[in-house]
Amino acid sequence: MTARMDKRFADLKAEGRPALITYFMGGDPDFETSLGIMKALPEAGADVIELGMPFSDPMADGPAIQMAGFRALAGGQTLAKTLDLAREFRKGDQATPIVLMGYYNPIYSFGVDRFLDEALKAGIDGLIVVDLPPEMDDELCLPAIAKDINFIRLATPTTDEKRLPTVLRNTSGFVYYVSMNGITGSALPDLSQIAGAVNRIKAHTDLPVCVGFGVKTADHAKAIGAAADGVVVGSAIVAQVAGSLDANDQATSHTISAVSTLVRGLATGVRAARLVAAE
Amino acid sequence: MNQVLKPNSFRAGPDEDGRFGIYGGRFVAETLMPLILDLQDEWNKAKTDPTFQAELQHLGTHYIGRPSPMYFAERLTAELGGAKIYFKRDELNHTGSHKINNCIGQILLAKRMGKKRIIAETGAGQHGVASATVAARFGLPCVVYMGATDVERQAPNVFRMKLLGAEVIPVTSGNGTLKDAMNEALRDWVTNVEDTYYIIGTAAGPHPYPEMVREFQSVIGKEAREQMMEAEGRLPDMLVAAVGGGSNAIGLFHPFLDDESVRIVGVEAGGKGLDGEEHCASLTAGRPGVLHGNRTYLLQDDDGQIKEGHSISAGLDYPGIGPEHSWLRDVGRVEYVPIKDDEALAAFQMLTRTEGIIPALEPSHALAEVIKRAPTMDKEQIILMNLCGRGDKDIFTVGKLLGMGL
Repeated sequence: MTARMDKRFADLKAEGRPALITYFMGGDPDFETSLGIMKALPEAGADVIELGMPFSDPMADGPAIQMAGFRALAGGQTLAKTLDLAREFRKGDQATPIVLMGYYNPIYSFGVDRFLDEALKAGIDGLIVVDLPPEMDDELCLPAIAKDINFIRLATPTTDEKRLPTVLRNTSGFVYYVSMNGITGSALPDLSQIAGAVNRIKAHTDLPVCVGFGVKTADHAKAIGAAADGVVVGSAIVAQVAGSLDANDQATSHTISAVSTLVRGLATGVRAARLVAAE
Repeated sequence: MNQVLKPNSFRAGPDEDGRFGIYGGRFVAETLMPLILDLQDEWNKAKTDPTFQAELQHLGTHYIGRPSPMYFAERLTAELGGAKIYFKRDELNHTGSHKINNCIGQILLAKRMGKKRIIAETGAGQHGVASATVAARFGLPCVVYMGATDVERQAPNVFRMKLLGAEVIPVTSGNGTLKDAMNEALRDWVTNVEDTYYIIGTAAGPHPYPEMVREFQSVIGKEAREQMMEAEGRLPDMLVAAVGGGSNAIGLFHPFLDDESVRIVGVEAGGKGLDGEEHCASLTAGRPGVLHGNRTYLLQDDDGQIKEGHSISAGLDYPGIGPEHSWLRDVGRVEYVPIKDDEALAAFQMLTRTEGIIPALEPSHALAEVIKRAPTMDKEQIILMNLCGRGDKDIFTVGKLLGMGL
């Protein structure tokens, strides 16, 4: 549903602060724990939730998210179960937008039409599918838009002025600026470059521009939030899950609270962001 | 969805979006798209540039040793008592396999594009060796990603790559085979997109790779066609080649696709048999999906998770296949059959003893199919098989399987 996403960004704009967008892997390390994590995110300060769909071959992800996906698959997670996670979450939260993020093959295997119908019913607001560039819009992007589901595109440092209009053409919800070339979880690049890139994209679109790849601490979140409409945190959350597990990669009593604590800190950073900008 | 009308020509693909029917395409992260489009432009220019073609041909003749001979396997033919068996001997190429044909072409492109660094993935190590070789020849640093399992079972090739100055990075994720090596190479490419050229070793990946690799490998089929006309005054009745990703096979097949009289057979790795999970027969036992930049037949579970394959041959140990093969399967132009590990091993031994040629385990799969078919055919009929690699790299694996101490 595009309405929920648009309302969330409009409200945040009125509030005068950037969004905190939190990524976690569905089913990591098991269904019940990841449902607990998902339910805890809004209370800890997440404004938008990115729900990772595990894939056996995550070609654009670094070790942290790779391992999270493998743990989820080992725990029996499937695309159908990831949709169940969203459905369960929606029973208690009608306001927080959910974006499914992952790779195309599990969706293609599930069947695009069936997937979009189930996603709508489960309360999904948007999709990020890493291996579907604009050249492949007929596959999923256009069918998703026709069903009123946002298709959120990644822009990267290699997306030059010539390419930007192509990338933005069928993008809705927000633009996800990946602040560096490379895989998820790599080091954070120069902040002034990020601000420049965000402004460059904003010259081409009215959509919110959110920035991710490399954000780990409240200070990062604060700094990036000063320049962007949203801050995406992924690998740091997934690493927090990993750090809380026992020797057999099973959840412990503090897995959910470890994530909440991190997100609460990041939320403080995001809420302080515009104070920095105003200085 | 897999029923396709017979086209006017089987050689016209891909279309401008890189599609062979529903297969192929460009399923890559946005970071790579500008580069993929640059590569496509450069490839389109190079294709028709006489200077590029002349350089390619010169290196083909003087560096690779082309044309490779076409050899009548007289003793094997007599032993099997049926069709005449010819081998296209790409195992005699510099570096010992057909892989060098593609690597020379791609490094010339990398040079045209001003790239400073070469990366490659490898399974058996043949493509890694060929990439390390051309990188040395053109003075570029080279990083080869290789599954940790393959590093172990293909030790001689790892050593060769290191001697050639390449850095070999063992990949431990997944089963540590070719699929995982390709994931890791793609991760490197996304990170170093500005200065790095990725030499994909097979006719798969995002457009324009499948077409480009096919064109560089088609030299095999073009030469073989001429050599067969010279030797026999006619075309062969049957072509046979092994398919992992499928680059040697498409190289042999493509120039013959529109010759209706030529039956074409691709041989997949049947591993320990198709009733279990331990095989790599994606065209026989898989279904269409999207991986590594293209839509193609894949071994996958009900949830669309890619399975780990198994083959005695590291070069065939891949759960996918080049997209053009998927299309050729659906339109019915090429027949794809599985050959099991033990059949390939028996063929390996037979060729060694009857012809004095030690084949790689990959073409040993093709040979096992030839051994099945030749006796059922007339003595006037001709089978042409691509002997795409030599077996030096496999002697330790084979020795172990046969219980011979080395």
